[in-house]
Parts: sequence; structure tokens; C-alpha cells
Amino acid sequence: MKANFKYNISWLAVMVIGFVAIDACEFLGIINTFIENMLVTIGINIILATGLNLIIGFSGQFSLGHAGFMAIGAYATGIMTQTIATPLGFYLSMVIGIVIAMIAALIVGIPTLRLRGDYLAIATMGAAEIIRILINNLKITNGAAGLFNIPPLVTWATVYVLMCLTTIVTVNFIHSRNGRAIMSVREDEIAAEAMGINPTRWKLAAFVFGAATAAIGGSLHAAYIQTIAPGDFNIMASIAILIIVVLGGVGSITGTFVAAIVLGALDTILQNFGTLRMIIYSLALILIMIFKPSGLLGNWELSFKHLGIHQRKEQSIHE
Amino acid sequence: MSSPLLTAQQIVKNFGGLTAVANVSVHFDQNELIGLIGPNGAGKTTLFNLLTGVTPVTSGAISLYTDQGVQSLNGKRPAEIAQAGLSRTFQNIRLFKELSVLDNVRIAMTNHYQEGFLASIFRVPKFYRTEADMTLAAQKLLAIFDLTSVADQPAKNLPYGIQRRLEIVRALATKPKLLFLDEPAAGMNPEETADLTRLIRQVQRDFHITIVLIEHDMSLVMNVVERLYVLEHGALLAEGTPNEIQHNPAVIKAYLGDEA
Ligand SMILES: Nc1ncnc2c1ncn2[C@@H]1O[C@H](COP(=O)(O)OP(=O)(O)OP(=O)(O)O)[C@@H](O)[C@H]1O
Ligand SMILES: [Mg+2]
Repeated sequence: MKANFKYNISWLAVMVIGFVAIDACEFLGIINTFIENMLVTIGINIILATGLNLIIGFSGQFSLGHAGFMAIGAYATGIMTQTIATPLGFYLSMVIGIVIAMIAALIVGIPTLRLRGDYLAIATMGAAEIIRILINNLKITNGAAGLFNIPPLVTWATVYVLMCLTTIVTVNFIHSRNGRAIMSVREDEIAAEAMGINPTRWKLAAFVFGAATAAIGGSLHAAYIQTIAPGDFNIMASIAILIIVVLGGVGSITGTFVAAIVLGALDTILQNFGTLRMIIYSLALILIMIFKPSGLLGNWELSFKHLGIHQRKEQSIHE
Repeated sequence: MSSPLLTAQQIVKNFGGLTAVANVSVHFDQNELIGLIGPNGAGKTTLFNLLTGVTPVTSGAISLYTDQGVQSLNGKRPAEIAQAGLSRTFQNIRLFKELSVLDNVRIAMTNHYQEGFLASIFRVPKFYRTEADMTLAAQKLLAIFDLTSVADQPAKNLPYGIQRRLEIVRALATKPKLLFLDEPAAGMNPEETADLTRLIRQVQRDFHITIVLIEHDMSLVMNVVERLYVLEHGALLAEGTPNEIQHNPAVIKAYLGDEA
């Protein structure tokens, strides 16, 4: 119990230090709007990719429709905060976005999660397209033109805190009875079933959980960027999130963080290269995939428990 | 005679033109240790798959006797059947390879613990208590099978024989009433086989469960089981005590005869 407390405090300390560091840089003028934008994008991408990593890396279901659930959160916030332009209105819209995204994930997941691999990828991609086309054709979402002048109810600090919260909640979920059941289905569905685990139910749990966090990312995106359009949530947006997961390492939340930061920074640096930008970006991806196919970190996780106990054990084996 | 636990009446399984299980009727009673033998391809594994819902029967009835009465297992999903108290191991080992030995066992306990979704994502004390209970229960089982020292290793790192033992522990962790073991001693040397046999016997007594054992090693089965079923070409060839089976002319001809 005491060890758990120490462990949790270490993580809390890391998060507080991160916050204070960014705050200090902001105060000292090191961070301009440009860099703040980059940091916020990275934060939102971490939220999105962590949820997708839960679905792909831990439950082993290949989803290609993450941007669809992000769109639901974004539009819930975009629409609601125009009438209730207060922080409370923002959080309310976020909760509503989460609920709708979860319902949508249930509707999409129940028939499609029985499919395997490529079929599931295509089915989820189709589902996200349906969501996007719905948004494109509804009046309340302002069709293809999208929503603009969304009240700026979100600062970098909101994004930072929500990024920490969703990560904590997701990691806790993974390291629990729930997460183990989910991973057992990934490892061997027949064996999991023989142990009394209902595969559809646990795949669905991961899928709905991931959709809920995607909606949070969407809400933050809408309130920070202040402009959204259906095109922001197309298949390319889903692929962009997928790239972060694959690059960081499928099954490594630490890798997701690293990849989101590396890609965010790379993207910002390459802004000056004009059209060359996408070529260099793609080339970097190809190179990493050639030399490190399991992603930057494979399925390695940063852990204070790791740093302490496991290394010592490792040593004694080698001795 | 003790009371029945599971019965299968005239079950049939056809794979296209092949009849893998032909009109087989068996009954497994409370607290019994039963052997299931037969040559390669006799339909032993298929029978296990039918009884645990992995493959649906073509025809026939499977019934489980519980305190609440008789329950039909026909058409039930494997997960439901497992929750009803039937557990198993696999001939071609199916562990959760990338996960630790401890996690393999704790996963099998998923349905016996309930800390609540919110408790687990917000790590309230109840979460830690439930985890500790689960871990302790898993460690106790691992200790019985002498697996304590490898608890933190990924299952894939274990030698073959140990993986088989872990599969038995995992199956026991579901708290079964009836346990199906599909060639648990395959690939083990005679000494390991003898150890495992004693262990299976002990587990059957200590846990008050029924165990059905598929085994090729005749000496092993004959020494340990109370009753035997012999399958050949999908059909039931004989049933009886080890002594009866050893002296059954049909069995001697069809099965033991091959070995002699
Ligand atoms: N899924 C399947 N599809 C088609 N045929 C199958 C299938 N499963 C088993 N069979 C066939 O059914 C017959 C019985 O196989 P089964 O695996 O039950 O035998 P077994 O008694 O367990 O043999 P062994 O001792 O080799 O494990 C075999 O002829 C096998 O080829
Ligand atoms: Mg077999």
C-alpha cells in the first residue's frame, strides 16, 4: 500500500514539474503563440493516440476511424459553447460529446468488432466516414462550411491537465482486471473464452473507452483552434493518429508520448520547408519504420517500478 | 454411485463428410477422475471441444447438473460454459504468451472479482484491496504447482513442460467444477509425467472437482483414473475401470494390441 502511494506520488511529481516548466517558459517569454500552438497540438494528439493505442495495442483491434469520434466531441463543443460560452458550458459540452461518442462506438462496435484485421479497419473507416458525411449534411453543424468563432474557452493549461487526466485514467484501466481481460483477448481469443471471458464485451469496452477519450481530444481541439470543418476529421486525420501509435510502438503509452512530441516538433520545424515538408515528414516515417519496425519504443513502458526493482533483478540474472 | 455432474447424450459432430464424434454418450460424476483414451484421430479433442462449446454439436444433448437443477449447455458460448464451471487446457498449449505467469492466472479469475469500473480507473482503496486479494489467490495456486519463482516471467519464456503446468493452474483459477485436461503430460519425460500425475490426483481431491484426462501414456492413465472411456474412429469402444478396460477384448484388439 505504501509502495503504491510512493509510486503514485512520483508520477504526480513528474506532471507538476512539467506544468511548472511550461508555465515558467511561458512567463519568461520563451514560448510564443507559435510554440504554444505546437504544444497544445501535441497534447491533444497524445490524448487521441493514447486512446487509439488502447484499442490497437492492448485490445488488438485495428481501428481506422478514430477521427470520427474526435469529430463528435469537437462538434458537441463547437455547437454548445456558442450558446453557453462559459467554462462550465465547455465542460458540459465535453461530457455530452463523450456520451454521444460512446453511444456511437457501441453502435459501430457491436456489429464490427466480430470482424478481424483488415475487415475491421475498413468497417471502422466506413463508420467514421458516415459520421463525417452526417456532419457535412446537417444544418446544426453548418454543413461543409463548418463552425467558426467558437469561444476560446481552453488554454494550454486546460489541455495539459486533461492530457494528464486521460492518460492516468487510461493507464489505470490498462493495469487493472479490465485491462488484463482486454489483453487476454488480444493474446488468444479462444483461450480467453475458455476462461470465461466474453471477447466481444471486452473488445467493446476498449473501443468505447477509446472513443470517449477521442471525444475529449475533439472538444479541446474545437475550443482551442476555434474553427472546425468536416474535412478536419477525414480518413487522413485518422491515419495521422494511427501514425503516432505505430511510430511510438503499438502497446507502449510512453512511445505514444515520445512519438507525438517528435512528430509535433518535426512538423513545426518543417513549416519553413513549404512543399518539401510532407516529403521530408514521410521520409522520416519510412526510415523509422525500416530501422525500427516495432516503433520507437516497441512495447516498453517507462515505470518507476521498472527503474527500481526490475533492473536489479535483471542484473542478478546476468551475474 | 455418486451423482452426475455432466452428461452428453448421443452427441454427433460432422466436419463435412467426416464424422469426428459419432453418437457418443458419456457421463462424468461429482469428484471423479476419468480417463479418455483412444488412438490418434479418435475424436478425443473434438469431444472436449464439443463439451466446452468451442465447436457446436451437430446433434445430441449436453447437460450440466447444478444445485439449481439440470442446465442444457447446447448452443451456449464457451465463455458461458466456462462461467457455468467447465474449464480446460489445450492440446496445443494456448497461453497468453506475452503476459506474465501471474497475469495468466489472474485473467482466469476475471469473473470472480468486482472492484467496479470507477474504483479501478481512479485507484480508490477498494481497487488495491481487490488486486491484492486476486494476486494472493493466484500466488497460492502457483505455489501448489511450484511456479512461484517464475511468476513475473512472460509465459512464452517458460519451457514446454512448465507451460503445460501453467495451463492447468490457469484453468483451476476459474474455480471449475469440471476440468478437462488434453494430454497434460505430452512432451514430458517419465519422471515429470509421474510428478504431474500425482499432482493431478491431489488437485482432484483437494479441490473436490471432477477431472477428465486425455492421455496417450497408458501406464499413467491406468494408475490414476477411476474410470475410463475408450474412443475409436469417433465412436465409443468401451467404458469401465482400468482393470476392466485392460481385459476388454475389443480394446486389446483395437488399441492395446497395437502397442504390444
Ligand atoms: N476443425 C476441424 N475440421 C475438420 N476436421 C477436424 C477438425 N477438428 C478435428 N477434425 C478431424 O476429426 C478427427 C478427430 O480429431 P481429434 O483432434 O478430435 O482427435 P484426437 O483423438 O484428439 O487425436 P490426437 O490423439 O491426435 O490428439 C480427425 O480426423 C481430425 O482430422
Ligand atoms: Mg487430441
